[in-house]
Amino acid sequence: MFLYAIKRLIQGIVTVWFIATATFFAMHGVPGDPLMNDKAVLPEIRANLEARYGLDKPIAQQYWIYLKNMASGDFGISFTQQNREVNDIIREHFKVSATLGILAIVFAAFGGILWGALTALYRNRMPDIVIMFLVILGISVPGFVFAALGQLSVVEINDWLGFTLFPVAGWGTVQHMIVPSMVLGLGTMAFLTRLMRSSMLEIANSDFIRTARSKGLPVTRILRKHQLRNAILPVITVLGPSIAAITTGGFVVELVFAIPGLGRYFVQAVQQSDYTVIMGTTVFYGAFLVFMVIVVDVIYGFVDPRVRLE
Amino acid sequence: MSEIADTPSPSVPEGVAGTGLDIRSLGQILYLGGIGVAALGVLLWLLAQWNEGGAGEAVDSATGTITLSLGGEPPQLDSTRGTDAVSFNILGHTMEGLLRYNAENRLVGGVARDWEIGDTTATFWLRPEARWSNGEPITAHDFVFSWRKVLDPRNASEYAFILYGLKNAEAVNRGEMPLESLGVYAVDDRTLEVHLERPVPYFDKLVAFATYNPINEAFYESREGRYAADAEDLLYNGPFTIARWVHGAGIRLEKNPQYWDADRIRLNAIDYAYFTTDPNAIINLFKDNKTALAGLVAENLDDALQRRWKIKRFSDGAVFFMEFNHREDRLTRNYHLRKAIQAVNDSPELVYRIIKLPGNLPGASLFPVWLKGVDGYFRQEYPLTDPPPDDEAGRRHLALAIEELGLDGPPTLVMLIGDSPTAKKQAEYYQNLYKQKLGIDIKIDAQIFKQRLAKMTAGDFDLVMAGWGPDYDDPMTFADLFASWNENNRGRFDSPELDEAVDIARSSSDTKTRMDAMARVQQILYDEAAIVVNYERGSVYVSHPRLKGIVRRAVGTDPDYTGAWID
Repeated sequence: MFLYAIKRLIQGIVTVWFIATATFFAMHGVPGDPLMNDKAVLPEIRANLEARYGLDKPIAQQYWIYLKNMASGDFGISFTQQNREVNDIIREHFKVSATLGILAIVFAAFGGILWGALTALYRNRMPDIVIMFLVILGISVPGFVFAALGQLSVVEINDWLGFTLFPVAGWGTVQHMIVPSMVLGLGTMAFLTRLMRSSMLEIANSDFIRTARSKGLPVTRILRKHQLRNAILPVITVLGPSIAAITTGGFVVELVFAIPGLGRYFVQAVQQSDYTVIMGTTVFYGAFLVFMVIVVDVIYGFVDPRVRLE
Repeated sequence: MSEIADTPSPSVPEGVAGTGLDIRSLGQILYLGGIGVAALGVLLWLLAQWNEGGAGEAVDSATGTITLSLGGEPPQLDSTRGTDAVSFNILGHTMEGLLRYNAENRLVGGVARDWEIGDTTATFWLRPEARWSNGEPITAHDFVFSWRKVLDPRNASEYAFILYGLKNAEAVNRGEMPLESLGVYAVDDRTLEVHLERPVPYFDKLVAFATYNPINEAFYESREGRYAADAEDLLYNGPFTIARWVHGAGIRLEKNPQYWDADRIRLNAIDYAYFTTDPNAIINLFKDNKTALAGLVAENLDDALQRRWKIKRFSDGAVFFMEFNHREDRLTRNYHLRKAIQAVNDSPELVYRIIKLPGNLPGASLFPVWLKGVDGYFRQEYPLTDPPPDDEAGRRHLALAIEELGLDGPPTLVMLIGDSPTAKKQAEYYQNLYKQKLGIDIKIDAQIFKQRLAKMTAGDFDLVMAGWGPDYDDPMTFADLFASWNENNRGRFDSPELDEAVDIARSSSDTKTRMDAMARVQQILYDEAAIVVNYERGSVYVSHPRLKGIVRRAVGTDPDYTGAWID
């Protein structure tokens, strides 16, 4: 298990290095650079700006400097927010994205397991049909539509109530967090519901459930100890990548609800060719994704003793 | 009921699921779900402790606070280096230069009490009561320091050009002369003397621009490179100070008790609680009474109309146009090809039937209607006649162009545009128009911001959609745009007559002579079809009915809440 973890870690580091390198050269290959602005500047001023940011050096040397700084955890200073270090941007804003992401994933996981188990219990009857119809909607309707609809509903609800139950946008209090995280988790929840349902049905037909039943175990006990616990395994497997996807993919929700998360920087940096922020956020998110996959593998072993033995 | 009775018969293959209603199974699931909800509640509470924020109602008369949204985090509040609208807006509320615009858009004294602008010198006498937020008086040295900083090549200020009227400024900025040779001197603490390179008749309008703001040298040095990085890394001399700045999330301004004219300021606080440019989010905040002002765009205009809000409009000063590429190897260098496109152009149709946003004005002149001329408005004194679209003339010009260029038929041209929905709508309209009227095929090249700039700079286009917003309140802010030496002249339009007119317009001290020269610039651009003007941009917005005294303007701080109050 320990050796396995070490091996995965080294693989992870190589992956992150690859992400960093690919991003670095792709970014420099795209026309336009961070120093370009609406107003053209004198060649002398531009030369000074290039010198300040080290963009006057050959690309190979820039890459080498970049790798060295990255190894020491320094991503430099943003080009667009000229007084902020990329490390500060990541620290201050990832906190917000992570909060949103954690809530969304908790919401999605609980909802998914709950609805999935319910639909399996009521297979081919009314609750199953209704929930599965909603699931199809949840999977096929894109996130930004939910975000816009969610915000609009909040406006209408507040209007109808005569006071602000949930804020329309912004961040900071519990009320601010609920609607955006539900919106963000909706797609994943739908996906997990379907996964949980099929997993539950599959387990229900398995030999050990029949054995449990034939030896007279209470239904509730079969459900909790055997069926749910086994059915949940595939859900946990996809949870890891889902956590990363939700946390990194929250930028639409962040944009619509004016949430100061990192996703916004991730997207805007590309539009602004903000080299340091592009590199910082990409490497950070890349490392985060790799890390989550490793963590899930370990958790998986914890939940399922069979994996530990392998 | 026994446990056995609950067990389904083996003949039902689905097992537990799918059989008769298992109340207890359902109970189990709901029980687990209940635990989940409780856990979620605890988690929410914990996460709320970890984050900060929260904002009040749009207007709060008890505390004198208004809440607003802002386009984003201000990128640079160091006035010597700032370039963007958001930063300039915050600076406009927290800092003050020598002169400022009042609510009627007239220049009045800011830090300067009196001033005198001659042909090659300008003198400003500062008010003794003007103070920094730490209580220190503002002196002429603070201006000398910041102006030198702007032109210091090591500071690499992108707005350095706006100080080029000063003696030796350009040479200093290029690093050819020492900073001390810059034509600005503190005669004493209260007297600032400026030496000009050439007569700059609009110098009073220039010093109202944020790049001319003062900076306290001792404070600047004490921040050791962190000047303007945070609320406490700035010293303020304007109506408000930054009381709280949560990066990327919100900025709260509070009334500055040290401001010399503090009696004029009636709001106690301005809370920019939302950083967003999403028009839907902004309009939803407005509906929920969480922001006191909301800009309207095509997507949310109908909603505003249905709710019968009082919609206000103003000219934001910018002019949008299509630039031709005049470089040697381009078809658009051909005069008749450009004239053909100009002849079929129909600005009113674009404004009223395609963009359909109130506030925009059709036009043909680079000089927008709000610019002042000799006595009144420039465009009234120097009208530009633009005949209605003439397809016949367009085809005539096109035939000449095809002949001159030795083409087989109407050419295919590349139109470079931005990636906004409006830009795309506009480009598709032109694509259709030119195909129908002239048979010219337009290939639309939509690019995101920096890539578009890179292509513009490299000259990788035939036509490019561009725009220009004014920096100061003088036609000059538009007039030199297509001078051959201007780096912003992306199409490289090159006309000695225009250059000559620009020279006269920017250095003559006689207003009439200057305006005549500007009018020549206007005429040359039209006659040569150097550009085709699309429209003058207007903006529409709604504001809280109890918030009075907001100033919207083309030049200067916009929107300006310094004189606003809650009714």
